[in-house]
Amino acid sequence: MASDVAATQQTSEEPQVALLNRPEVRSMLFQGLLTLAIIYLIYSGITNMFDALDRAGIASGFAFLNSSAGFAISQSLIEYSQSTSTYFDVYVVGVLNTLIVAAIGIVLATILGFVIGVARLSDNWIIGKLSKIYVEIFRNIPLLLHIFIWYFGVLRLLPHPRDSADFGFMGLLNNRGYFAPKPIWGDGSFMIFIAFLIGIVAAFMIGSWAKKRQMATGQQFPTFWAGLGAIIGLPLLVFLVLGAPLTWDIPVAGGFRPSGGMTMIPEFIALLLALTTYTAAFIAEIVRAGILAVNKGQTEAAHALGLRQNKTLNLVIIPQAMRIIIPPLTSQYLNLTKNSSLAVAIAYPDLTSVFAGTALNQQGQAVEFISITMLTYLTISLVTSMFMNWYNARMALVER
Amino acid sequence: MSDNNISYVRTEMLEEQPAPLSEKGPVAWVKNNLFSSVPNTIMTLIGLWILYKIIPPFISFVFLESVWTGADRAVCATEAQGGVQGNDWFGGCWAYVGAYMKQFIYGRYPDAELWRVNLTGILFFGSLIPLLIPSAPYKSANIIFTVVIFPVIAIVLLTGGHLEFNGFLLPDSIMAPSTAKFAVDFVILSLIIAGIAALIARGSDKNPMPSVMGALFFMGAVAVIFIVLGVNFGLEHVETPIWGGLLVTLVIAVTGIAAALPLGILLALGRRSNMMFVRLFSVIFIEFWRGVPLITVLFMSSVMLPLFLPEGVEFDKLLRALIGVALFSAAYMAEVVRGGLQALPKGQFEGAMALGLNWGQMMRLIILPQALKLVIPGIVNTFIGLFKDTTLVLIIGLFDFLGTIQLSYSDPTWSSPVQNITGYAFAAFIYFLFCYFMSRYSTFMEDKLNTGHR
Repeated sequence: MASDVAATQQTSEEPQVALLNRPEVRSMLFQGLLTLAIIYLIYSGITNMFDALDRAGIASGFAFLNSSAGFAISQSLIEYSQSTSTYFDVYVVGVLNTLIVAAIGIVLATILGFVIGVARLSDNWIIGKLSKIYVEIFRNIPLLLHIFIWYFGVLRLLPHPRDSADFGFMGLLNNRGYFAPKPIWGDGSFMIFIAFLIGIVAAFMIGSWAKKRQMATGQQFPTFWAGLGAIIGLPLLVFLVLGAPLTWDIPVAGGFRPSGGMTMIPEFIALLLALTTYTAAFIAEIVRAGILAVNKGQTEAAHALGLRQNKTLNLVIIPQAMRIIIPPLTSQYLNLTKNSSLAVAIAYPDLTSVFAGTALNQQGQAVEFISITMLTYLTISLVTSMFMNWYNARMALVER
Repeated sequence: MSDNNISYVRTEMLEEQPAPLSEKGPVAWVKNNLFSSVPNTIMTLIGLWILYKIIPPFISFVFLESVWTGADRAVCATEAQGGVQGNDWFGGCWAYVGAYMKQFIYGRYPDAELWRVNLTGILFFGSLIPLLIPSAPYKSANIIFTVVIFPVIAIVLLTGGHLEFNGFLLPDSIMAPSTAKFAVDFVILSLIIAGIAALIARGSDKNPMPSVMGALFFMGAVAVIFIVLGVNFGLEHVETPIWGGLLVTLVIAVTGIAAALPLGILLALGRRSNMMFVRLFSVIFIEFWRGVPLITVLFMSSVMLPLFLPEGVEFDKLLRALIGVALFSAAYMAEVVRGGLQALPKGQFEGAMALGLNWGQMMRLIILPQALKLVIPGIVNTFIGLFKDTTLVLIIGLFDFLGTIQLSYSDPTWSSPVQNITGYAFAAFIYFLFCYFMSRYSTFMEDKLNTGHR
C-alpha cells in the first residue's frame, strides 16, 4: 500500500523540466522541422523544374509513350519495327533485354561461382591457387573494363563473316555475333510442352510422396532421378510418339552476314561474359566462406554416424552452408541485374541504353525518362529481394 | 663376465637419419598435394594445361615480344599493317603507354601547372598513409589535417582558388552581388545561427553564453576557409573539363567517400532512431539509392539535376557527377555503419545513458568511436567498390583514367591492332594494383580488430 501511495505522489507532482529537455517535445520539434525542410526541398525542386521546362519549351507528361519512336533496335524479343513502334514498345524491349541478360547471367554466374568456390577449397594445390588467382584478378578490375576488354579486345579478334568459325550443326561464330540453329516446331508440338508441364507437376508429387514415405518408414527413394525422368523423359516420349516434329534452321555463311538461324549479337555476348565472369568471382568467395563456416565437427559427426562422403556433403554440409550463402548471394544477384545497365557503354539495347539513352536524347523529357528507368530498376530490385527473402525464410533454421 | 659375449647387440648408436624422400621434401609434397589419387592427378593435369595456355602467351605479350621504345605506330604494327614487325608478331606496345603516360595521369592539365597536382598528391598520400597505420603517432592532429586543412589546400591547388562569392541571403535589390555582399550575408547568417543556439540553450535551461560562443567560433573557422578559397594566390585557374586521367578518378573516389561517410553515419543513426519520421526518411533514402544502378544516378545528376536548381545556379559536370556519386555511396555507407551500430552490445548504450550523457555525447564519445572502428574493413570495401565504379563517369562524358585510355584510341599516331589490348592491359594492371592493396589493407585491419574474439 505504502509503495502505491508513493507512486501516485510521484506521478502527480511532475518535476520541473525545461520545455526543450522533454524527450517528446524535442522529438516532435525535430521531426517537424525535418519534415518541413524536406517538403520545402521537394517543393522548390519541382517549381524550379517547371520553370526550367517552360524556359526550354519542353513538354511534360507521359503522352510521348504513344508516339512513334522511329529508331532501330538491334535486338528485341517482341515484334519491333522502326516505323510503327512507339516509345512504350521501346520501353518493353529495353526491359526484356535487361531481364534476359540478367537472368542468363545469374544462372551462368551461379554455376561458375560455385565451381570456383569449391575449387578454392580443393586439396589440389594447383587448382586451389588457380581459383584464388582468378578471384583476385576478376574482382579487382572494374566491370566496365571487363566489358571493354571482351567487346573491343576479345570479340574484335573474331573472324570476318566471310571466314566465320563453322561449328557445323552448332552454328557460326564471327565478329557479327554467334549464329545458332533455330528450332522450328512442327504440328502437335504443344503436346510436348504440355507433357513437360505434367512432368514438372509429377516430379513435385513424387517428391512429396517420397518425403512422406521416408518419414513414415525410413525408406529412401531416388527422388532426384525419378523427378528428372518425369521432367525430361515424359516430353521425350511424347516427342518420339509424335514422330519427332522438329527441324532446325541452320545458319549458312554469307558474304555480309550469315542467313537463317538465331542471332546472338556481339554486344550481348560481351556483356554476358563480363557480367558472368565478374560476378562469379564474388559468388566464389561467398560459397567458400559459406562452406568454411560450417563447423568441422559436423563433418566428423556425420562420418561417425556412418554417412559416406557424398551423403555427408548433400545431407549435412550443403544445407547448412546454404543458409549462410543465400543472403549475400541475393545481393550479388541484385548487383548483377543493376550492373547490366553498363550495357550502355557498348550500346547493347538494354533499358538504360535505349530508354534513358537514345529515346531520352530524341525527346528531351529528362525527368520522365529517368524516373521511369529508375522506378523500373527499383521494382526489379525489390521483387528480387522479396523473392529471395521468402526463399531464405524457407531455408532458415527452424528453432523452437 | 667375458663369457657373456653379446656381440649381436649394437655397441655404437647409428647417426640420426633424415626422413625418407618419399615422406618429406619436394617429392613427397608433389605426391601428396598433386598426385594423391586418380581424380587429383586429372585435376593437376587440367591445371597444368590451363597454366600452359595462359602463362607463355602472357609472358610473350608482356615481355618477350613487347616494344618499349618508339616514336609512332610503325614500331607496333606488322609489315602488312605498315609497320616494322614481322607478320606473325603479337606483343604489347608499351611505347604507346609511355608516350601517353602524362595524359593517363593528368588528362589535359596544363604542363606548367602539373606541380600543383603532384603537390596535392604528395600531401594526400603523406597525410593518409600515417592515418592508416594504426601505430603511427599524432592521430588527432593527422585527422584534423586530412579532413579539414587538406581539402581546402587541394581545392585551391587543383582549381587555382580565387573563387568568387556573390552572396546568397539578401535579395539583389538591397545590395548588388559582390564579395562584400557575401561577407554581409555571412555575418547575418552567423548571427542567426548564434541566436538559434542561444534559444536552444534557453529552452533547455542552460547558460546560453557557451553555445553562442561555440556557434560563433565555428562560423569563424568556416569564414577562414572561405577567405582562403577566395584569396588570389596568383595561381592560374584550371577548368575541370580539362582535368582527366587518374587525377579525376582519385578526385571522384576520394571526394565521394569523404562526403559519403558523414552522410552515411547520419543516415545509419536515422535508421536506428526512435523517431518515426526520421526513420522513415532514412529508410526510403537508403533503399532508393541501393535499388537503382549507378549509371541511372549519373544520368540523373547530369540531365535532371540542373532542372531542379534555381535559375542562374549552375554546377559544372564534375561537381554534378560528384553529387550523384556521394549520394549513391552514402546509402551503401549507411548500411555498413548500421552493421557496426548493431554489433555493439546494448550495455554500451545503457551505460552511456546511465552516466547521464545526452544523445550527442553518447554517440560522439561512446558509440561511434567503437562502431566506426568495427566497420573500418567495411568502409575500405565500400571505397574499393566506389573506386571501381568511378569508371562509369566516362559514360556521361568525363575523362577518368579508363576514359583517357579509351580516348587515346582515336589518335592515329599510335593506332595499331595491339593498341587497345595494350591500353586495357595497362588499365587492368593499375586498377588491380589499387584495389588489391586496399583489399589487403582491409584484411589486415580485420585481423587486427578480430583479436580476442576467437
